Amino acid sequence: MTRTLYDKLVDAHKICDLPDGDMLIYVDFHIMNEYTSPQAFSGLESKGLKVWRPEAHLSVVDHVNATRSVEAHDAQSKLLIDNLEKNCTTHEIAFYGLGDPRQGIEHIVVPEQGLVVPGMLIACGDSHTTTYGAFGALGFGIGTSEVEHVLATQTLRYKRMKTMRVNIDGGTTLGVTAKDIIMKVVQVVGAGGANGFAVEFAGSAIRNLNMAGRMTICNMAVELGARAALIGADETTEKALKGHSHSGKFEFKGENWASDPRAQFDEEIIISGSDIEPLITWGTSPDQSISISANVPSAQDYFSPKAKDALERSLIYMGLTEGQSAKSIKIDTAFIGSCTNSRIEDLREAAKILKGRQVAKGVEAIVVPGSAMTRIKAEAEGLRSIFETSGFEWRPEAGCSMCLAMNDDIAMEGERVASSTNRNFEGRQGRGARTHLMSPAMVAAAAITGHLVDVRDFK
Amino acid sequence: MKEKNMNKSITGIVAPLPLANVDTDVIMPKRFLITITREGLADGTFADLRFDNSGQQRPEFILNKAPWKQATILVVGDNFGCGSSREHAVWGMRQLGIEACIGTGFAGIFYDNARKNGLALPVVSNETRDKLLEFAKNSSGEKISIELDKKTITAGDILVPFVMDEATQASLIRGRDDTLDTLEYTSAIQNFETKLDDRMRVNVIK
Repeated sequence: MTRTLYDKLVDAHKICDLPDGDMLIYVDFHIMNEYTSPQAFSGLESKGLKVWRPEAHLSVVDHVNATRSVEAHDAQSKLLIDNLEKNCTTHEIAFYGLGDPRQGIEHIVVPEQGLVVPGMLIACGDSHTTTYGAFGALGFGIGTSEVEHVLATQTLRYKRMKTMRVNIDGGTTLGVTAKDIIMKVVQVVGAGGANGFAVEFAGSAIRNLNMAGRMTICNMAVELGARAALIGADETTEKALKGHSHSGKFEFKGENWASDPRAQFDEEIIISGSDIEPLITWGTSPDQSISISANVPSAQDYFSPKAKDALERSLIYMGLTEGQSAKSIKIDTAFIGSCTNSRIEDLREAAKILKGRQVAKGVEAIVVPGSAMTRIKAEAEGLRSIFETSGFEWRPEAGCSMCLAMNDDIAMEGERVASSTNRNFEGRQGRGARTHLMSPAMVAAAAITGHLVDVRDFK
Repeated sequence: MKEKNMNKSITGIVAPLPLANVDTDVIMPKRFLITITREGLADGTFADLRFDNSGQQRPEFILNKAPWKQATILVVGDNFGCGSSREHAVWGMRQLGIEACIGTGFAGIFYDNARKNGLALPVVSNETRDKLLEFAKNSSGEKISIELDKKTITAGDILVPFVMDEATQASLIRGRDDTLDTLEYTSAIQNFETKLDDRMRVNVIK
């Protein structure tokens, strides 16, 4: 029988069917942060329960911490950070806190520590847990009640999803990155277009990506509603893990963590790699994007009254006019960071653009490396000095920072940010703040010119 | 299985919230997330829609107007609850008194979080949703009723079916504690663990 990778992963982790239609699945590895776990620990305590397998969990501080300094910036965030440490001490769970050389954004830290290998099932109280699909592992976000459930039972109640395959064949052109590919997929499938689906990415444009690019793809797949994102494990995966898995000796033992050749998917989407251009979002949903060489949509581009209303609302919030060119959008802030794009590979791409150039006057440019290890590596490679010489502020501590502005990096009302992050929702980077999503290289280019600009003009 | 009081139907005033892609940042802005408890989130729910920068109620927002002020059921736009996994969004909606959202489809994590907290999310067709939106807009305070056991919605003359998977339906009706229920499968979990592949057996270094 031919199976999709998704079905193989679910089958491999299924413990039993439950009488109400759910199944019970085993969670190999579980990650926690300081803001979606507190109520899970208090739930355990109020029910008098223990953690089932403490060594299968990792806690990382990343969402609320300041990145300017290792000290918490206020009492409330310190409370969350200290509370996580206390819970981990009580329950004997690994805790990578502020100042720990392994600390960073959870989805950057986990692959760095070799904690994800093909065939695993990984859960975390964070929607971007889809990232691990890049390794042929099943990763997905869960809520706090489910965090409690995993802590107490090492399992989840689960319902098998439908499957979708997004095929992207053909070479992408120079200047087009993994970020542009996934932004294109979000644009085509739509925000919520993959609700209820596990989405596999296939085709030569995906195969040709390194692990960092694959992680960017799977990370942002949640923006189309995919509860899980997958890329079949191959030689690239195996090479990346050689000597670098948690046990230090990962190897395939004849199994194949990829979909069988004739496996059937419930839906197939086809996108041509050569059609993809560097993209920017103009609106307040990640699917509201256009090519950097295009214009912001006009009401005449839409037929349904609902779509026209949505366009109008987005344009008012974003302070844009119909039909204005993408390149005419001036920015106040450039932000490079987040679990989508703050890996060493992302910093290298941005540094290529910044080298020998200066950030435009009046633009505040910030880079927050994804982890302490990423920062140290970047500094050793000379990237810090390139960023700083160009006028970027290099943050000494890692965290989610201005991606969701839960720390003190908050954009002001009306402030316009070119951002290498994953969500351009209203208020995401601060109340009234305006976010344009794009690749890290495009953020760097926008920082230089002071407005959105085609990164291809910089090569 | 532990069973609390059976809760087969939800009755209440319905408010229209037709915006598409209402994300969990909008439902519960981040400034309300710096907390270690589940309580105290009612004020944060839809905060930027309900209140202006100075904290004054926005009179034009539907949930600030009669009769929808008393609404316990919402009819919502496509892809409601997308974005972040924060369960605070659902906790806050429940604390605000919302018992159900009727929509065409919900983001996955939000859907699961809702089930865990007794927030019903009946899924209906586009056409039905639009019909219910109209009903809600023209409401002068009539109550509608969601029959969880029959999977139907009654709103005035409208009687329509909705879709909900059986596990969610059972969970909402019985109000179970999934964690305690799952621990009844302890031996099955232990058996599964004995067969774990070493390559998957993570032992995180402290």
